[in-house]
Amino acid sequence: MAEVPLIELTGVRKSFGPVSVLQGVDLTAWAGKVTALVGDNGAGKSTLIKGLAGVQPYDSGVVKFNGEPVHLQSPRDASRLGIEVVYQDLALCDNLDVVQNMFLGREELAYGTFDEGRMEREASGTLRSLSVRTVQSVRQKVSSLSGGQRQTVAIARSVLKKARVVILDEPTAALGVAQTGQVLALVKRLAEQGVAVIIISHNLADVFRVADYINVLYLGQMVASVRASETNSNEVIGYITGLKTGAGASP
Amino acid sequence: MSTEPANELIGSGQEGSVRDQFRAWRARVRHGDMGALPAIAGFIVLCILFAVLSPYFFTERNFANLVTQAATLVMLAMALVFVILLGEIDLSAGVTSGVAMCLFVVLTAPGGPALHWLVALVISLLAGAVIGAFIGFFVARVGIPSFVVTLGLFLGFQGLELILIGSGGVYRITAPPILAIMNSNLPNWGGWLLLAAVLGISAGTACWDRGRRSRAGVPNRTITLLWIKLGAIAVIGGVAVLLLNQNRGSGAVVVSGVPIVAPITLAILWAGTFMLDRTRFGRHLYAIGGNPEAARRAGIKVVMIRWYAFILCSTLAVVSGLFSASRVGSVDAAFGRDIVLSGVAAAVVGGVSLFGGRGRLLQAAIGALVVAVITNGLGLLNLPGGVNYLVTGGVLILAATVDAISRARSGGSLTR
Repeated sequence: MAEVPLIELTGVRKSFGPVSVLQGVDLTAWAGKVTALVGDNGAGKSTLIKGLAGVQPYDSGVVKFNGEPVHLQSPRDASRLGIEVVYQDLALCDNLDVVQNMFLGREELAYGTFDEGRMEREASGTLRSLSVRTVQSVRQKVSSLSGGQRQTVAIARSVLKKARVVILDEPTAALGVAQTGQVLALVKRLAEQGVAVIIISHNLADVFRVADYINVLYLGQMVASVRASETNSNEVIGYITGLKTGAGASP
Repeated sequence: MSTEPANELIGSGQEGSVRDQFRAWRARVRHGDMGALPAIAGFIVLCILFAVLSPYFFTERNFANLVTQAATLVMLAMALVFVILLGEIDLSAGVTSGVAMCLFVVLTAPGGPALHWLVALVISLLAGAVIGAFIGFFVARVGIPSFVVTLGLFLGFQGLELILIGSGGVYRITAPPILAIMNSNLPNWGGWLLLAAVLGISAGTACWDRGRRSRAGVPNRTITLLWIKLGAIAVIGGVAVLLLNQNRGSGAVVVSGVPIVAPITLAILWAGTFMLDRTRFGRHLYAIGGNPEAARRAGIKVVMIRWYAFILCSTLAVVSGLFSASRVGSVDAAFGRDIVLSGVAAAVVGGVSLFGGRGRLLQAAIGALVVAVITNGLGLLNLPGGVNYLVTGGVLILAATVDAISRARSGGSLTR
């Protein structure tokens, strides 16, 4: 591939005291592609993501955004570049409606007061652009939404923010079969809109349904970075459990 | 932006006829989103009950009495809404108003600095703001539960009141404009003008909203609903003004008109509601009350908003103290000590959730009317004083139960 990856991490390290959680990790994510990050508990997935989100900056290593080296020292740095994280515990306010949640923290004003009409229209348009059909009304309270609908709203919020990189932390955990299908379809459409999607998941079946690339972390090291089409479930499980090592650590 | 047909949009619940809207509203209520409905029902039931039990309840004089009795509580309950929305509490709101009013009477006393009442009033309101900032510092910055901070101040400020006024001291309020708040009335035409202003502002903001929505190309609620709302305001307000404009004086002195406290309270109610519904501060207040972590991640300055809420609460509490002082005509060292729990009760009875994130100023005001009707009605029945406390306490627990159950129905858990 000739073009430049949107996100390129090289030799990223992070330690908490004597515990070295990331030991020189490389990761690339491409615009318009879904990049999966898998690994067992404690492999360093969350730490890697928190560094990208600027919540816990890396100790060392190079982060390139669209080919340019950048410093991610705070969540604001990440958000300025258009990196948005959709956390597992969704961070929505139950007592507010869908529009209010999608615009929370950056409400649109006219004459110093809310322009509810415009916000409602944009929220509705964003959900439509993602072909969302499960949300009946954009003015219903989030407390009345199902888990899948909440995930949808959280993802749509990152689209509304014009995110270029969306990191999804376990988006299908705790969802039923039908809702998982809807959310995965949404993830694909997100990538089709040109967003670089990084998805963390424990569910390999889900990963193989959406991912273009699969990266496996094992005890703080990236043991595999492969195309989803060139591997299979058994191989990935081998990498995750440490039974298989080496192949294609840097493709 | 290109103008797509409206059916390209996801619904917003604003579509459909009056019947559809009514059905949607009923579904919301069944879902646990009851708002002030229980309080309104309680108010009507109580009014009927007391009207049957006492011949004095439905007299012009008692109605005017009720308005002035309720005003202090309405104001205090509205003040408390700002912190209750955050899931916090201010137990010191009553004594905060006490400290500010003590300051007011000491500053205006002829023997003392003898300041002009307006200057003293501004200083008192500022004192309220400073006290709010003080509470906000400990709650928002230091992270002490507001229950503990304000309980400490509840005790401490009683001491401060004693020091300011002196043990056993009573200061009379002498400034005529302060006394006028509760004891003077608008001329009869003033009441009608007030009603016209309320109707005009309601219609104006509704049209403004509708204009914006149609310019954005999203559907508006059917206009019939607006007419129903305006009609309800006109009827309820009209009856109230009509009753208050009757002569309620005894003997030759004619007393009539809407008490001056009414327009002041309505103005604050309107301004506060405007702030909560249409500005960032208000929206962020609700967001923090609903999910502080989500608010923080959305970039909301949680500490500052919390801080402002306490400042606002304490300042408005001083206004309620001003109402009370105007009604009683004097300030003593125990001023404001007993009212705060009634204020919390009023807000909760009105449907403001103690869990935070749910409730409106109007609901708190309606809740305060319910509590005031209980006090007023039981007073007319010549029952022993203890009954009043028992009934009010029972109503509070009932209201809190309704709050907890409706919360559980709308997705939250019952025990948390």
